Order: sequence, then C-alpha cells, then structure tokens
Amino acid sequence: MEKKKVGFYWCASCGGCEEAVVDLAEDLLTALEQIDIVFWPVAMDFKREDVERLDDGEIFATFINGAVRLSEQEEIVKLLRRKSRVIVAFGACSHMGGIPGLANGVAREAILDYYYRNGPALESREPMPPDPERTWKEHGFHLPRFYENVRALDQVVEVDYYIPGCAPPPNVVKGALAQLLSDQPPPSGTVLAATHALCHECELNDTKPEEGIRIQAFRRPHLVDKIDPHTCLLVQGLICLGPVTRGGCGALCIKGRMPCTGCFGPLDGVRDFGAAALSFVASIIDADDPHDIERILDEGIPDPLGTFYMYSLPKSLLFQKVLPSNGRRTARTEPRREKAESR
Amino acid sequence: MSDFEPKIIGLFCNWCTYLAADLAGVSRTPYAANLRIVRVMCSGRIHPEHVLWAFRNGADGVLIGGCHPGDCHYIEGNFKTLRRCLLLKRLLEQFGVDKRRLRLEWISASEADKLRRVVDDFTETLRAIGPFARETPIFRPARTEAPGAVAASTDTKEEG
Repeated sequence: MEKKKVGFYWCASCGGCEEAVVDLAEDLLTALEQIDIVFWPVAMDFKREDVERLDDGEIFATFINGAVRLSEQEEIVKLLRRKSRVIVAFGACSHMGGIPGLANGVAREAILDYYYRNGPALESREPMPPDPERTWKEHGFHLPRFYENVRALDQVVEVDYYIPGCAPPPNVVKGALAQLLSDQPPPSGTVLAATHALCHECELNDTKPEEGIRIQAFRRPHLVDKIDPHTCLLVQGLICLGPVTRGGCGALCIKGRMPCTGCFGPLDGVRDFGAAALSFVASIIDADDPHDIERILDEGIPDPLGTFYMYSLPKSLLFQKVLPSNGRRTARTEPRREKAESR
Repeated sequence: MSDFEPKIIGLFCNWCTYLAADLAGVSRTPYAANLRIVRVMCSGRIHPEHVLWAFRNGADGVLIGGCHPGDCHYIEGNFKTLRRCLLLKRLLEQFGVDKRRLRLEWISASEADKLRRVVDDFTETLRAIGPFARETPIFRPARTEAPGAVAASTDTKEEG
C-alpha cells in the first residue's frame, strides 16, 4: 500500500501541540507505517519550496496547530490548504483561537506599545516595533505583518476536522488518526473527540447532588487552601466548565484536582462556548437579590471574559473587543462563517 | 445622530411581558416602533447566546422582559435570567460594549404603560449611545448564516 503523505505546521502556538505528536510515543512509529511525513518544520528539514513543488491536493492531510495572527501564517496555511486534501485543526488554538486568541481582548497597538515601546522589560532601549516595510532584500526576507486580530484556523481557510485540546492528549490524537485513516472517515466538520460533556467521564460526577448545585461563593483555585478530592469541584465552588465542555480527554485536569477550563471547546450545536459557560455558571448562583448576586460575582468571577473564553475568544459571536471607531484599530475582518454552525 | 433609529430586539416572556405588549396593542398605547419582539416561553429560556447573536446581527439593544420576581410561571426562571444578565453585562463591558445596551425589566401582563415607558426610554438611551455597528465594523450585519450555506470566500484583507 502506498503511504499517505502527511504534513504538520505550527502557527501562533506554544509548541505543546508538537509535543502532543511526540507524546504518541511508539504509536507514532506504527502510524509511520501508514503515513509519510512531507512537511514538519519543527522536526524535519523541509522548506516552503518543497511544499510549493507538490501538486495541488497531493498531501493527504495536514495537521495545523496554532492560531493565525501573522501574514506569514496566513500565507502558509493557504498554501497548505491548496496542497492538502484534508486540513485538520490540531489543538485548541487552531480550533478556537486558544490562549493567543485572548489577545482579541486587547488593542493591537496596546500590544505593540507594551512589548516594543513602553514595557518594563525594555528599560532604556530605543523603541523598535517590528516594521514589515523594512526588508532585508539581500537575504531575501522581510518581517511578516502583525494583523489586527487573532483568528482561528477555520476563519482563514476551510477546515475539515478538528482535534481539540490544549494540548490534545495522546488518546485523542490516536483515536483521531485512526478515524482519519479508516475507510470511512467521519463527515467533514467533525470534532474528533467525544460527543458527550466532560462530566460524563469525570470520576467525581457521582458526587453531584441530585437536587442540583447551588453556589453561594465561587472560589478561585489559587486562593483555595484545600480542595476536597472526593467531591465535585463545582459543588465546592470552583468554576469547573465540565458541564459545557466536550469530553474525550478522560477528565485529566480533574484527576489532578484542577477544574476544567474548557480547552476541548463546546459541544456540538453550541455557537458560543463562553455564552454557554456563562449561562450555566450564572444559573447555579444561590442568590435572588441583585446586590447579593453582584457581590458573589465581584468576589468570585473578576474576569468573566478570561474565565469563559480562555480558549475560544476568536470563535465567540463578538469575535473581539470593540475598539474605538476613530482609531485605526478597528478590525476589518469579519469572522468567516463557521462551518460547524451549519450542522 | 438625530436620524439614527436604534433596532431593539425584545425577548419577552409569554406569560407577562408579551401579554403587556399585547395589552398595549389592544389599548392602542403608542410606543417607539424600534422594538422587534420575540416571544419566548419564559425569560429563563433566554440564553446569553441569543443576546450575543442579536448584537452580532445588527441589534443596537436587547430588551429582556420577564415576570416580576416571585411571579414566574415556572417558579424561578426569571431569577436565572437576572443572574445571567448581571454576569452578561460584565462580559459585555469587557468586550467594550456599553452595558446599557442590554436591559432587563420585569413587566407584568397588566403593565402596558410600564412597557411603553421602558421601550421609549430604552430607545432614547440607545439613540444617545449610538449605533452598535458604528463602533464595530466587524459586526456588520449579517452574512447569511443559514444552515447548509457554503463557507464564504477566505480572502480577507486586513490592515497590517
């Protein structure tokens, strides 16, 4: 049997997703009997020109991790889209924007100011923001452009499958690979993990009270002295997003007694993960008086946007923070229609 | 701004506020024509996603109407709405959206006059704040997002 050509690429990401591929350990060797890696910048010496030489659609599947913020990332994922029959968004950043996507809550200029002009780490050095106009022609390169906002992969190119997680755990990657390489691949647009909520696979699920959860005070994990290891974290007032998050990871964080922060993203049919999370968290507050509710929110949820959209801000319905219209900071991009919504 | 007419999406509970709107109608009470009403069975049925969806698709304000506390047909649906709205307003502020664009009011079936006051007042508030789309070009309504629609072109260009 001829081996299927496979590529890997990284955009705005931390490198954890590359680790996730290596985490397959021996299974990676088994996979290599079926696939032939033709592009993997982090591990192998193939260049962009090598990809350009391939025929359109010659690559069977390319796994892309990371969100898209630079013009270089956009160019390469569009190139890979042409060359690949299947594009897989690998990991939370390419799936939903991920942690880099939180930058959509801040103006682009503010980011550049902090890191290149006024930030405390810069001391007295001359401000030197990246200048895409400046080229090093003799070396044949120039700096990529830093876009107004961060986009998830499917807001840039069409994506066929999603492997969720920050980073995707080995069992999920393995399962997804098996599904992709099988004779009957799942329908396009599928998120290759479980279809149930995380709570269904959580070992603490049985400790949820029958009559429902009512919370008088939310507690933030780093401010809690002791977490009871035998009781549902939500019941203890820790904001665990398990009820609205896609399962499949095996509740790894909860096994370490840390609440779920939602890296697997929403369940099928949910448009806006943060809205779903906000909805369920608000509804379990045990107070009816507006002042009491405000106090509970003040104390327990100081940063709703960061709490509920930790991995999915670019995929939220509002996409990014609204910035003043008179500046040049307003985004011009409309988020691309999401394929998953049509299902 | 004088010629700006805000679009208000009203999400009204079937048992109270929707009936108040009905009563306003049969009593021929005039109120601002900026309101578009969506009837829901209970204000507790309103998901924050509905509110964000309305804003994304061109609403300038969202008015949620429910039964007075203690009067909910489903016992405590309106309390859940209250909690969600308070948290959602905080989220909207973080998104840079004026929190006055989301308004929650308890209006019973007999309070047609309160409905009139609220709608007129909300319209004035939104006139003063200005249109949502002016602040945020990305929310320009509304590419059709009908089920089954094919993904749009990916050629988005941005300022770099």
